[in-house]
Amino acid sequence: MFHYTIKRLLMLIPVLLGMTLIVFAIIHAIPGNPALTILGTKATPEAIHSLNRSLGLDNPWYVQYFSYLKGILTGNLGTSIQTNSPIASEIWPHLAATIELSFVAMIFAVFVGINAGIISAWKQNSFLDYTAMILALIGVSMPVFWLGLLEQWGFSIKLQWLPSIGRDDIRNSVDPITNLYLIDTLLRGRLDQFWMVLRHLILPAIALATIPTAIIARMTRSSMLEVLKSDYIRTAKAKGQRMIWIVYKYALKNAFIPILTVIGLQTGLLLGGAILTETIFGWPGVGLYIYNAIQYRDYPVIQSGILVIAFIFVMVNFIVDLLYGLFDPRIKYR
Amino acid sequence: MPQGLQVQPEQPVRNVKSPLAIAIGEFWKSYRKNKPAIVGTVIVLFFILLAVFADFIAPQGINDQNIGHKLLPPSAAHWFGTDDFGRDIFSRILFGARLSLRVGFLSVIGSIIVGTLLGTVAGYFGKILDVVISRIFDILLAFPSILLSIAIVAILGPSLNNALVAIAIVNVPVFGRLVRSRVLTVKEEEYVMAARSIGMGDARIIFQHVLPNSVAPIIVQGTLNIATAILDAAGLGFLGMGAQAPLPEWGKMLSDSREYIQTAPWTVLFPGLAIVLVVVGFNLIGDGLRDALDPRMKN
Repeated sequence: MFHYTIKRLLMLIPVLLGMTLIVFAIIHAIPGNPALTILGTKATPEAIHSLNRSLGLDNPWYVQYFSYLKGILTGNLGTSIQTNSPIASEIWPHLAATIELSFVAMIFAVFVGINAGIISAWKQNSFLDYTAMILALIGVSMPVFWLGLLEQWGFSIKLQWLPSIGRDDIRNSVDPITNLYLIDTLLRGRLDQFWMVLRHLILPAIALATIPTAIIARMTRSSMLEVLKSDYIRTAKAKGQRMIWIVYKYALKNAFIPILTVIGLQTGLLLGGAILTETIFGWPGVGLYIYNAIQYRDYPVIQSGILVIAFIFVMVNFIVDLLYGLFDPRIKYR
Repeated sequence: MPQGLQVQPEQPVRNVKSPLAIAIGEFWKSYRKNKPAIVGTVIVLFFILLAVFADFIAPQGINDQNIGHKLLPPSAAHWFGTDDFGRDIFSRILFGARLSLRVGFLSVIGSIIVGTLLGTVAGYFGKILDVVISRIFDILLAFPSILLSIAIVAILGPSLNNALVAIAIVNVPVFGRLVRSRVLTVKEEEYVMAARSIGMGDARIIFQHVLPNSVAPIIVQGTLNIATAILDAAGLGFLGMGAQAPLPEWGKMLSDSREYIQTAPWTVLFPGLAIVLVVVGFNLIGDGLRDALDPRMKN
């Protein structure tokens, strides 16, 4: 297990390097001179020249790439053109907001998706099965941003049950410690604020969770159907074990490997979907950060935002890989 | 004696079906029994017809503005109501079908061509080519697809065509990996070794033996990818990174009318419904094709 972990970690290096190279290439492929973008169109040639030199833009590309890489390794993600402050310190509150939203969405997706899939497989070809699978089909076909808009219209504007914008109320804002508001409010012992933060999370988390929920439900159903046909399940039935016990204890454990893979892959979709969900719900996460940067053509922020999200995605899949062994002892790590 | 075995030598043998015709016949027999797939086919054909005949069906042009008629609710004159410029939403959705279907089909065809080429080269020739190409696929797949599309559009500049190119690039590794794994399997088959031993060249082996064996999974994956490509294009349009005004792209229509959701919810409702419906259609076809073409993936 230890050797396998080390080996997988080493295999991550080329992927991570390749990611930085791609992100670096993207910024350099963007037409237009960054110095001109920073200084504006009225800049004098001398000013552009000197800024180019101070930014290191007059060096050959590989020199620039290595200094970029050195920056990343020392925690320097560049400087935002818009705010002129370092991105590494600016990004954390946004990242925390995205992590909180994605985490809650993932819990929702796993809980609802797995249970819907199990019930569908258990009661195959029943009314419940058909309903769940039709909902799952619509779920995978749903544009996240449209669902978000409909949620706002229904639950915020018409019914006025839930807030539609932001992470907290402006007049009752959370005093951040970790920037994970659910944790911060508990740390400060503000249960009223915890409830408020949770209410703000519900609509965006459901919108974000739709597609992963649907995909997990379909995957769970098909992998459960396969497992439920196996001999040991028949034996358990023959022994008179209760079905609910068989399904949740024996079958789910063996059906879990493909489900786990899907959960890992869906994290990428969640993080990508965050940019659309956050834009709609004014959720101040990395997605909204990148979206605003797009509007201002703040390329360093776009670059670092994309890199940070891709990095998290790669790490989640790395962890999922390691988790396989926990759920399936047949998998041997070499 | 069964009738099929009666031989009448004086009549020349006619209607001998080619292997391809037999395969298509088998496929159709299995596909048409799949009700959801037929529903999906009908939905997609319906949208294709709407897109093709939009000029004749649409009651108004896509840019016919009428400020006096702005934000009207659905009525006999305007089936889906009007938007903030007084444009007929029904007409715009019809023309929008053209844009979405075009992005869906063309981007997937592009990904299939490039992905097949790279996947075949990687799988068939192996060695350093395989290492390099596979690593590039790994790296591209490490980015959430919508983010990578955004980055590519940032380079190319926001437009519907550039969104199409971005979506195509992002999906290349999906097909590349698929084809590579098929090629690796087929390469070891005895008939390929036999072909090589009688001196058949690489190109002929690839086109006659290797690629035909990859067609079924490519078609299945391609259909499902049309669905995600349409969703991604709408997402990019919504973010302002895809189609630009005044194009009636569905995602763009949604982002343009989101501020009117309170006063005129139909401006948001119908473009979204159109997206869901056409994407459901492609997903149903994709699932049906998978069941018919690739029995191993069936439940």
